[in-house]
Amino acid sequence: MIDQLKRACAIAKKDIRIYYLKGPVVIFGILFPVFLFLAFVIGRDLPVDFLIAGLLSMTIFFTSMSITPVIAPTETQTRNLERLAAAPVSITTVLMGDMLASVLFGTGISLVPIIVGMAIGVTVTHPFILAAGIVLAAFCFSAMGLIFSSAPTSMTSTVMMISTMVKFPLVFISGVFIPIRELPSWGQVLASASPLTYITDLCRYSFQGTNYYPIWMDIAALVIFLVIFMTAAVKLHEKSLPERL
Amino acid sequence: MNAIEVDNLTKLFDDFTAVDHLDFEVKNGEIFGFLGPNGAGKTTTARMLTGIIKPSSGKVRIMGLDIRQDPIKAKQIMGVVPELSNAYTELTAWNNLQFMAELYGVPGKDARQRAEELLGKFDLYERKDHKVRTFSKGMKQKLILAMSLMNDPEILFLDEPTSGLDVISARLIKDMVLELNKEGKTIFLTTHYMEEANQLCSRVAIINHGKIAAIDAPEKLKMRIGGLEWVEVSFDMPVDASDFSDLSGVIDIRMSGDKLRLYTNEPGRTIYQLVDYSRSNDLEIVMLNTLTPTLEDVFIKLTEEME
Repeated sequence: MIDQLKRACAIAKKDIRIYYLKGPVVIFGILFPVFLFLAFVIGRDLPVDFLIAGLLSMTIFFTSMSITPVIAPTETQTRNLERLAAAPVSITTVLMGDMLASVLFGTGISLVPIIVGMAIGVTVTHPFILAAGIVLAAFCFSAMGLIFSSAPTSMTSTVMMISTMVKFPLVFISGVFIPIRELPSWGQVLASASPLTYITDLCRYSFQGTNYYPIWMDIAALVIFLVIFMTAAVKLHEKSLPERL
Repeated sequence: MNAIEVDNLTKLFDDFTAVDHLDFEVKNGEIFGFLGPNGAGKTTTARMLTGIIKPSSGKVRIMGLDIRQDPIKAKQIMGVVPELSNAYTELTAWNNLQFMAELYGVPGKDARQRAEELLGKFDLYERKDHKVRTFSKGMKQKLILAMSLMNDPEILFLDEPTSGLDVISARLIKDMVLELNKEGKTIFLTTHYMEEANQLCSRVAIINHGKIAAIDAPEKLKMRIGGLEWVEVSFDMPVDASDFSDLSGVIDIRMSGDKLRLYTNEPGRTIYQLVDYSRSNDLEIVMLNTLTPTLEDVFIKLTEEME
């Protein structure tokens, strides 16, 4: 178990060296959420702490999901996958390694909106809840990214297109730009099915002290989504690996 | 103990049987060649032996370890050079080797020492801090072989290790294979190159349509198609092949450019008859060779028989 964890860390280190500055990661992980955020806030008179909380949750969502979908198709194309498959590591270990690299990227970049918010006078009233939420959400969204990367393709663009098709609707139904309580009842039901909703709620609580769901429910929901996504990712990767060799 | 034991190994892809009930063993310390035409099932077999893909049925034991029940332990004692694999081109040679060491749980100090040793052996030490994308194909292949040796494996699986390499790089890799075998490592070599298998392997298996056509030492396999020796001759003037059809011992005659190839089971007698023919027709023999079957002839004959 510890051996496999060490090997997952080795995979994460390799991913950090190779993938952090890849074009799709920078475009979909950093530039995309920034421009999406600007498009929504410019010209609207909204409280700064509301906006920073939304920007933060969206940043975690996009950055944590930008690395994992890139790794598998790239390594399929560059013929590195067979080497990993021949190594004494399980598929779960390989995916854990990819996830760790993604989590570090997601949590690291999410410091930027926090620092920006603090620089313009926003205060973090619940820093520990926020830190726990960010890490948990980064794991959850990284695992979600792993599901997309299980598609048996060597085309990164195909995987990014599929993940974008899922990511965009989630941003609109998760209370990032419109608070959940202001959504119609069908919107609130949809919001409860999105993992992004729960980290957005945690961010709002951490910055503004207001929350829609109880905090324990936000955390429990993120844990449940993480378990579901990771289990599905392992099964899907096990199935698609022979097709990608 | 056998290094590799394969028992009734089968792989189905939907309705297609890629590997069909294979049974064979690879002895500890031997170089075992696995030959077959494209699509014969060589790579699929190698992938099942190395635990990369799961068999549909059958068993594989690596040093007594069942690859399905103990995949991590079995993989731990193997080194693998997959057919189309690449090193990480965005990383340096050194980082690639260290990554392999970490994947196989080699302790840091041993990993550094082994990486230096291997880089020196493969003449890559000067380029250790260069990114692999700047390497030539030969250098990449040497690095890939070095990567497979980072865990000091007991069994080495090489899938077409010299494919597409220049003569010097290919020879270096073949020399390394022999040296590794001398050190006691068992080598499972998949190759298209008959001469390579002939030079390196103590035993070879010929596979076609997912089934083993023959398995034996190269020289023994050549003896199996005895009677297929031939005499190759060229005269200073064109001759008619039908003139030779009545020569005793000659089984078949083929023209190849200005050369005449006489398949015979009595090569000495055929040579006398050819000299007599040249004298009586006032012809000069420009070239005369006797040839025995090569592993390639065995391969072609056996694969044709299975068609």
